Amino acid sequence: MSFPWAQQYEPKNGFTKWMDSRLPIFRLVHGAVGPGYPVPRNLNYFWNFGVLAGFALMVQIVTGIILAMHYRADGAIAFASVEHIMRNVNEGWFLRYAHANGASFFFIAMYIHIGRNIYYGSYKAPREMVFLLGMVIYLLAMATAFMGYVLPWGQMSFWGAKVITGLIGAIPFVGESIQTWLLGGFAPDTAALNRFFSLHYLLPFVIAGVVILHIWALHIPGSGNPTGVDVKSPQDTVPFHPYYTAKDGFGLGVYLIAFAIMVFFLPNALGHADNYIEANPLSTPAHIVPEWYYYPFYAILRSFTSDFFFIEAKLMGVIAMFSAILVVFLLPWLDNSPVRSANYRPKFRMFFYIWLVDLVVLFYCGGMPAEEPYVMISQIATAYYFSFFLIIIPVLAKIERTTPLPNSITESVLGHDEPVAPVATTKSTSGDPSPQPAV
Amino acid sequence: MAAVEHSEGAHAPAEAGDGIRRRDFINLAAVSFPAMGVGAVLIPLINNMNPSADVLALSSIDVDLTPIQAGQAIKAEWRKQPMFIRHLTAGEIEAANAVDMGELRDPESLADRTKPEHQQWLITLGVCTHLGCVPLGAAEGENKGEFGGYFCPCHGSHYDTAGRIRKGPAPLNLEVPEYEFMSDTSVRIG
Ligand code: FES
Repeated sequence: MSFPWAQQYEPKNGFTKWMDSRLPIFRLVHGAVGPGYPVPRNLNYFWNFGVLAGFALMVQIVTGIILAMHYRADGAIAFASVEHIMRNVNEGWFLRYAHANGASFFFIAMYIHIGRNIYYGSYKAPREMVFLLGMVIYLLAMATAFMGYVLPWGQMSFWGAKVITGLIGAIPFVGESIQTWLLGGFAPDTAALNRFFSLHYLLPFVIAGVVILHIWALHIPGSGNPTGVDVKSPQDTVPFHPYYTAKDGFGLGVYLIAFAIMVFFLPNALGHADNYIEANPLSTPAHIVPEWYYYPFYAILRSFTSDFFFIEAKLMGVIAMFSAILVVFLLPWLDNSPVRSANYRPKFRMFFYIWLVDLVVLFYCGGMPAEEPYVMISQIATAYYFSFFLIIIPVLAKIERTTPLPNSITESVLGHDEPVAPVATTKSTSGDPSPQPAV
Repeated sequence: MAAVEHSEGAHAPAEAGDGIRRRDFINLAAVSFPAMGVGAVLIPLINNMNPSADVLALSSIDVDLTPIQAGQAIKAEWRKQPMFIRHLTAGEIEAANAVDMGELRDPESLADRTKPEHQQWLITLGVCTHLGCVPLGAAEGENKGEFGGYFCPCHGSHYDTAGRIRKGPAPLNLEVPEYEFMSDTSVRIG
């Protein structure tokens, strides 16, 4: 895979030699995240978030499996079993808070990772598959998180489930039967809770499978970089290990500090107080909101308040909400600009930043009640969201004058190409797996 | 598997003049047999998720209307869903009848939505037709919305005194379930 100058794997001792001719798993790891994977030398800290998202997924799987040992998915006792975890199970409070906040951190990592992708044009050829698989992971994570939020069986769990499955009821003709089929009843109850639990346990492993495909697809062209210029020579790359294992390790430390602050000091800051009230099918909380990571899409859903030609407002909102995610999948084909990085596309950069602000506005409106002025603001923001993808990006690709690209990655780092060899060459050719003492 | 056997078979001499060989028939029959089995197995795999017998069994309830004064409403639970049973005042009936049908998103008169002789009893599901929240307005002191009926706080749907959608994202009037009056003071829902 990737570049001809990638360091070759050589089994060192008897055991690794024996393994290498039977199950070459060390060779696989060496080439995937070890010294055998050459990576552009100029990656910035935004490139940490793939590893961080992977780490967050592992945290979710580990804490989730343990929580499942104490949780009971039955409408009558689910809420109490979560309180049992919080009060009776040894360190149960820690496991649950880590799981609940871990979900938020997984989404933070994914959002930054996706934002980095769009800014630096990483979705462009030849990395379309990496991008598409990443979006599939994001969609699966949304579904998993939604079902996970239902499990504590609080008011927000119940009403969130009701509203979201109600979206499916908006499909003409078959919607209601599909909704009843999904819930196994006419409203969320034990049947729904149990199947959500089953799927909530399954989907993370599906995500892990897609993550493997995502990394596999990444290793075909190799990692992108902030200039968007292709790797041309060995000077442009450094081996993943130890250079980026170190950089990712540092990033992970910072991430863990932030995570610890949330888990230990602000464990409920990202949650909703109503979810500490047991689910009650007869009373709707005054203001139903989903988890924060859905806010922008929730705002889009609610911004359709009147019928659109022959399509009902309700169906229109649902279509718009799903399209808001699906339109991102089309990015590689909407943007034909040959320049990847927004660093060299001043106009794209400007619209990208407006889009980020737009997302913040949608985020804010999504958490607010469905009243004026929030409805009108989200309508305007929704219009910009879609125009950004469907009008601005395709048009900019045709008319924008980009600024000159550096000739190579090395030039962008050192100011000149063909560096005085020692530094770069020793980096890329040294076969010693531990070149620097860790002191 | 079928495809493999088929391509092997391509080297064998054809047996019948019409181009259909005995091996083609055997392939097809051999594959169709398990395919039917797989098709049949899909039914339980999918249908098990539909409401189970005990869920369907809870399908009718009786409600006593005596304690509900004019102007009041109660919530009952039917199929795990809230029901609104509302005793309309004369003023509310008048307001509902005064509305011009042309203005309505889902045109229905109050008479369409109640039983003859019992126009003062408005019985609807307490489930917003938008995304399924329970609208406010049944209990004392709750926001009844701009049209004096029900108000759904989730995305701001306003229903009038006949439970008809007047404003907001919901497409339809509050659903009127099947019910019948057992006597003047008792109804059976479902
Ligand atoms: S669920 Fe009632 S307005 Fe959306």
